Amino acid sequence: MTERAWRNWYLIPYGIWLVLFVVAPIVFLVYESFLDLDGHWTVANYENVLTPIYLKMMAYSFWYAFLITLVSLLIGYPTAYWLTKTRHKQLWLLLLILPMWVNLLLKVYAFLGLLGTYGLANALLQTLGIGARQLLFTDFSFVFVSVYIFIPFMVLPIFNALEELPPSLVDAARDLGASAWTTFRRVVFPLTLGGVKAGCQAVFIPSLSLFMITRLVAGNRVITLGTAIEQHFLVTQNWGMGATIAVVLMIAMAVIVGLTGSGRKEGSR
Amino acid sequence: MKRTHWWGRVYLLAVFAVMYTPIVYLMYYSFNSGGTMHDFQSFTFKWYRDVLSDDRLLIIVLNTIVIALLSAAVATILGVIGALAIYYVKRQRTKNALLALNNVLIVSPDVIIGASFLLLFTIAGIKLGFTSVLLSHIAFSVPIVVLMVLPKLEEMSPTLIDAARDLGAGPWQVLSGVVLPFLAPSIWAGFFMALTYSLDDFAVTFFVTGNGFSTLSVEIYSRARQGISLSINALSTLLFLFTMLLVIGYYVLSQKGGRMYGIGGRK
Repeated sequence: MTERAWRNWYLIPYGIWLVLFVVAPIVFLVYESFLDLDGHWTVANYENVLTPIYLKMMAYSFWYAFLITLVSLLIGYPTAYWLTKTRHKQLWLLLLILPMWVNLLLKVYAFLGLLGTYGLANALLQTLGIGARQLLFTDFSFVFVSVYIFIPFMVLPIFNALEELPPSLVDAARDLGASAWTTFRRVVFPLTLGGVKAGCQAVFIPSLSLFMITRLVAGNRVITLGTAIEQHFLVTQNWGMGATIAVVLMIAMAVIVGLTGSGRKEGSR
Repeated sequence: MKRTHWWGRVYLLAVFAVMYTPIVYLMYYSFNSGGTMHDFQSFTFKWYRDVLSDDRLLIIVLNTIVIALLSAAVATILGVIGALAIYYVKRQRTKNALLALNNVLIVSPDVIIGASFLLLFTIAGIKLGFTSVLLSHIAFSVPIVVLMVLPKLEEMSPTLIDAARDLGAGPWQVLSGVVLPFLAPSIWAGFFMALTYSLDDFAVTFFVTGNGFSTLSVEIYSRARQGISLSINALSTLLFLFTMLLVIGYYVLSQKGGRMYGIGGRK
């Protein structure tokens, strides 16, 4: 066999995978979104999506995703910043990432105990004199647990961006008389924007579709697009409607990725 | 080297404390004879005995491990082939298109992947259970392996292959004697990542698992929905120890390769 034939051979199994598991599922999803419960062609699902109930749900979903991303960024950026300043930073980074390897559901489950009526969080509140309150099954617990889950995804790209920042730039800014804050605002932050974008994408997109967190700690108080998709596919068996929401979510994601540019790429460089 | 300000240290400590509190909390109460995740009564191994004598749970653990190993192995092979395929494509536009398609499953939310795979298996007439879960895990692990192997492949000096060819190596010998050994660290890293993705996955599996078959994540979810049971705590402690072993293994491997793959280490 010639070299060229070999090279083309590689494309066959990989191409089959691409067609079967990337292209076909999307095509089927779009196809299903045009079917009603009896399998007839219809655009009713899309009309449904535009009713106030679904529009409100989508607005909520995006609002929560935005909140989760914002809080993750506010906590994650300083974390990444000070991590780069520690000695043994690779070890610290590894320690920060370690919880990522703990099964997501176990972490969520832990919060059932932590935030429960007699849990550690309420005990702390009581010692501080604020008094115990209902924490579980609230919007707060949903955002808190989500931020907890996503923090490493925010810290990593920012950490990498900070590491690639030439220290001489910071020194130059300081030598020219800029204060620490001005240096950060005018030099460090703009140059790590790629990492920030990558982190925001890595947090925002998955947080649109969390359903296990809403089910377990938010007690169905928070309904996200992900919860709705799961509900339609696995509970009410209205696959057409579920597929429609999934298609809408995919389009929204594509728009977000398009708007924020290739943050992922910049961040990984 | 600049010193960390004290408030920087305090901040980091606070973040680390919050990151580890839930995990430590889970483990601590796994020894509570009281049966709740508050009011520690007395030390007991009861929950561990429960876990170890629960045959159904042990079968589920076995399922999870078999799925993880099988899917990681197949995904690694497919992923290496995919990386080679993309590497050898000459036209930049085709290359970019292939990469974009490759990344679809990485950027898509799990719920969408799960729902679309459920549709795929239903339309293809594949019964939900072991096969569908295995196929899905292979499917979503392939692009990660590709992304781990491809940069290493791009790093490879073309003269290496030219030299092998000049010395009379055929295509198979070039591949098995030069390219694959060169890629070995990244292939291992890809295998490890695929393994952790499979072990960690919940949402996709939840959609395609059907009735008779279950993996650990799905089982934990259905138990957690019924409330707190300390056997989940015991199980999570055991899993955490197992994960630590995996991570240490991964760390040692990546140190050998001189680079921490995929988890954000510096290039």
